[in-house]
Amino acid sequence: MQDLKLKANENRGLHQLEAGFDLLGWDEVTQGSVLPSFEGDATGIAGLKAEERDYSHHNSYTATVASWRVKKPVFNIDVCIDCQNCWVWCPDSSILSRDKQMLGIDYDHCKGCEVCVEVCPTNPKSLLMFSEQEDLETALSQWPEKKKKEKK
Amino acid sequence: MAITSIKNLKEFSTNNDRFEGAHTLCPGCAHSMIVRELMNCTDDNLVISANTGCLEVSTAVYPFTSWDTSWIHIGFENAATAVTGSEVMHKVRKKKGTLKDNDAPVKFVAFGGDGSTFDIGFQWLSGAMERGHDFTYICLDNENYANTGGQRSSATPIGATTSTAQAGTHSYGKKEKKKDIVSIMAAHGSPYVAQLSPNKWKMMAKGFQKALETEGPCFINTVSPCCTEWKFDPKDTIAITDLATDSLIFPMYEIIDGHELNILYRPKNILKVEDYLGAQGRYKHLFKPEYKHIIEKIQSDIDADWARLQRREEARV
Repeated sequence: MQDLKLKANENRGLHQLEAGFDLLGWDEVTQGSVLPSFEGDATGIAGLKAEERDYSHHNSYTATVASWRVKKPVFNIDVCIDCQNCWVWCPDSSILSRDKQMLGIDYDHCKGCEVCVEVCPTNPKSLLMFSEQEDLETALSQWPEKKKKEKK
Repeated sequence: MAITSIKNLKEFSTNNDRFEGAHTLCPGCAHSMIVRELMNCTDDNLVISANTGCLEVSTAVYPFTSWDTSWIHIGFENAATAVTGSEVMHKVRKKKGTLKDNDAPVKFVAFGGDGSTFDIGFQWLSGAMERGHDFTYICLDNENYANTGGQRSSATPIGATTSTAQAGTHSYGKKEKKKDIVSIMAAHGSPYVAQLSPNKWKMMAKGFQKALETEGPCFINTVSPCCTEWKFDPKDTIAITDLATDSLIFPMYEIIDGHELNILYRPKNILKVEDYLGAQGRYKHLFKPEYKHIIEKIQSDIDADWARLQRREEARV
């Protein structure tokens, strides 16, 4: 069974994009602004995994776009061959890959575009789209069988 | 320079993303695929600037930012200017020794959409190229002003319908050819100019690394299908880029020092351009019998361009 908050920084997806803060009025905003992505020092950030980073509340990592989604991709770890096609083409940095292994999907940032399902090369696909309301166990129990090659 | 391994996808995937989710780009947008790939190509510190466009408005929705690196936005046209300014400042401060870490390698990258690269920011980009700063400019070419509702830009190809060049009873959409920005930039004498596509991730990553490693102003034009304005299903983004590279409407090639042209990808089966056009809603009207000659014209243009590229590759001029 996959853990939903798997490999997450505790700050992930706290805010709604629209209502994260009490926003300033149009006549109170100053020209230009500086938004720090991290609390404190940001040196060597490329060497840190998401769960090790100290995100500030201005980083969009702490926001969520989960409400954009109508359908969600569900990941079946039994079929996956860790090819990482989904990781390289995910537009929303929502594929959680650690140590060359695909571990799951970041449902706080996934917008349900279905690109990962399209690029998945396994048979049957190890990522499939299900309705947002579907729970994981039901989705996994409906997984299709391996398709046989059609003879020409 | 600390470049990351792109030997295979498994090794590439051990990089830690520096471009965070919950930006407001459309689902299936290729912009973020390209940006993520660039930022995963290197472990060095990056200084990035962006022109106004989809990428800029979507990744800096106040009070949030999606960038884990230094990022600056000033005006519509001056990503190239902003990043070259930072580059000069970095050089001077390095010389004076006033940087926090004097030896840390820093790379300078500017992003622009096709509107701000081909039209509005062209003068600024040309100036930065001429001054010869050490930076990489990446154009995310989605062939229209997608951020403001899909107006025509000089990157829009012939025959495409846009909100300001609409197809109808008297028009087949845009009537002019697309500007050849790659050749224009190569003519600036830039050490590395390329046209790349996100469906061939390895070639693209290689191109990015080459551009970052090369000293001097480098330019890369990348195909970025726009599911909203090109009118296709978001899930088909990669399939559309496959069609684009295989039908040679977007050939992948690089030009080194303005004359050494190398074709990076030769499709095994060259597709007819109808396959590419038919997959998108913006070319739907071209399949009416009265506009058949436009498709023929597009095909003959592509064939001529491909022949010209091959001649240039051989001749090295």
